[in-house]
Amino acid sequence: MLVLDHVNLSLGSFSLTANFSISAGARLAVMGPSGAGKSSLLLAIAGFIAPTSGRILWGDQDLTARDPAQRPVSMLFQDQNLFPHLTLLQNVVLGLTAGGRAAAAQLAQAEVALAKVGLPSYGGRKPAQVSGGQMGRAALARVLLQARPLLLLDEPFAALDQDLRHQMLDLVVQVAAQTAATVLMVTHDDRDAARFASYVIKVDHGAAGPPRSI
Amino acid sequence: MASRAGKIGAITAACGVGLLIIGSLGFLLPHANLVSLTPADFFALRFTVLQAALSAAVSCLLAIPLARALFAARFWGRAALVRLISAPFILPSLAAVMGLLAVFGRGGVLNDALVAVGAPQISIFGLGGVVLAHVFLNLPLATRILLLGWADIPTERFRLAQSLSFGRWAMFMHLEWPVLRALLPSAFAVIFLVCLTSFSVALILGGGPRATTIELGIYQSLRFEFDLSRAANLALMQTALCLIATFVMAAVWQPSGFGTGLDRKVLLRGDWSDGVIIALATLFFALPLAAIAARGMAGLMDLPNGFWMAAGRSIFIAVTSAFLAVWAALMLAMARSRGAGIWADFAAMLPLGTSSLALGVGAFLALRPVMPPQNAALILAVFFNAAMALPFVYRLLLPTCREIQSSYARLMASLGMSGWAVLRVVFLPRLAPILGFSMGLSAAMAMGDFGVIALLGAADQPTLPILAARLMSAYQMQAAASVTLWLILLAFALFWLFDHLGGRDAGA
Repeated sequence: MLVLDHVNLSLGSFSLTANFSISAGARLAVMGPSGAGKSSLLLAIAGFIAPTSGRILWGDQDLTARDPAQRPVSMLFQDQNLFPHLTLLQNVVLGLTAGGRAAAAQLAQAEVALAKVGLPSYGGRKPAQVSGGQMGRAALARVLLQARPLLLLDEPFAALDQDLRHQMLDLVVQVAAQTAATVLMVTHDDRDAARFASYVIKVDHGAAGPPRSI
Repeated sequence: MASRAGKIGAITAACGVGLLIIGSLGFLLPHANLVSLTPADFFALRFTVLQAALSAAVSCLLAIPLARALFAARFWGRAALVRLISAPFILPSLAAVMGLLAVFGRGGVLNDALVAVGAPQISIFGLGGVVLAHVFLNLPLATRILLLGWADIPTERFRLAQSLSFGRWAMFMHLEWPVLRALLPSAFAVIFLVCLTSFSVALILGGGPRATTIELGIYQSLRFEFDLSRAANLALMQTALCLIATFVMAAVWQPSGFGTGLDRKVLLRGDWSDGVIIALATLFFALPLAAIAARGMAGLMDLPNGFWMAAGRSIFIAVTSAFLAVWAALMLAMARSRGAGIWADFAAMLPLGTSSLALGVGAFLALRPVMPPQNAALILAVFFNAAMALPFVYRLLLPTCREIQSSYARLMASLGMSGWAVLRVVFLPRLAPILGFSMGLSAAMAMGDFGVIALLGAADQPTLPILAARLMSAYQMQAAASVTLWLILLAFALFWLFDHLGGRDAGA
């Protein structure tokens, strides 16, 4: 279970409070007007923004003071989810090696992950040589390898057209099912939320949550 | 935030630079006696500032039409021409002087032509010659700075101007002049600073009471008069001058204010005058190079004694100092982009506030009580050349380091990448073209270094520039031209090799 225990975020004149919990394995849409703090909420859970007060817990682990890499979190950002100078395979295998040299077995695992997201023969290509949807799939293959129990999506598919976006959301559902991950996804689109999530967290007027059924 | 290994690397680089610069200059103080400055010293100061100001002004003025013509004109071979015009910037200054002597000197092409038509000969020696050589060496830099400014003008502005039926003058005043106004002070300041510390040009084309720079004064007082107090005085004077120029440069340095466009290219309309300007510039740059090639080619394989050892020393200085400069700049730029304080900027820019000859005097005074300074000349040349290249390399690397950090910091952190992994997987591949270019530039500049070795080097351990200068002063002009041609070929080969290894796009 993810618990945000009286979390308070302050960024200049902006502040946001969150005090709720999320069951493990749930899929949630984080919604609200632009600038309300949806991305900040995810960044705080991922460890990129430190709360001014409160605690973030995963089960019995207190994540509040941990670095991003030490949290049980995978995150996909709005953009820059792949290194452009690396091939898709090299990008995906980073999910296992954290930048160290990849062993043959790890490369094989990355190939399998690429195949699972529908890119079986794309490992040697660089991001500039594939479409936006294929880049999203490769990033999801890396998430699959990381196999962390919390997946945070900060509108990574916002630039795709609706059909492609829905394909990606279906893929996220598959990946989440395979890794038993709890997923929070920022979105502005009610249809995306309805397609993907069982719960919604509203972020508005300086407060986030609690989750409600869609 | 920088990793621990990254911080240690950056702090090591900063301490090394600080120790080298401040340590060397610190040894000047006990020997200096500023009360004993003579009128000749102040004349050297005046001449140094005058030649640097004139060189910078003429370079900038000539760069305006040349950069505009190159921006507007599109023709087959343009990329190659831009490269040829850029070549003098990495040309060893001694080689440039030899080439200019072959064209403008007493027995040069121009004077032969003047004699043939019964006109009086011109002299390349003195202020005019020093400025001419500095313009030859620095006009490429000014042109590249302005050319980038023109390329930064958003295409949409040109379209708007065309839709409003702007003529050439209106186009210049409303679109191009604002860019020039922003960039010219920067270009002037950089070239002024470069010319302040130029040594070999003044040594060969200057000299005498009317054309002595401070650097030349330092060399004469240490090598010929062995007047340590005067050498220390002049070294401190040179450092003060460089510091003032550096602060002025930092104050006037500013990016162009147009913002970004959508990068769709619309060509500026050129006309016949662009062709004339480009042709004249090509002649100005190509003739001296062709003259050296013509003179040097005959004896290219008939090399003087000690040539290969001299070449080996020059390559050693070039490669090791380039590695050192690039390593230090990379550590400092990475640290700065990942949250290190302004101390990283300060350490990287510190060498601009002095000159390698001033540092050489400090090193000479520091080493003399414990060992013959000439025994350490090669190593000192490596360190001083690395220090002199550091500010330029740092300036080249920092913007890309910042861009990498702003684009990928969160991704790197979320993947748990740190230390060596960040360097190996992200920074080195992303920076490879700039690292290659920086290595090439630093190596080519150090290859032509004349000052430190001339000041401190042992007579039996010459580098290629020293060997060429000795042959020239012994009037063995054919052999001097051949050695100079080898020097050029090796400097360009090193530049090409490193630039190529970095995978830089060959387009101009």
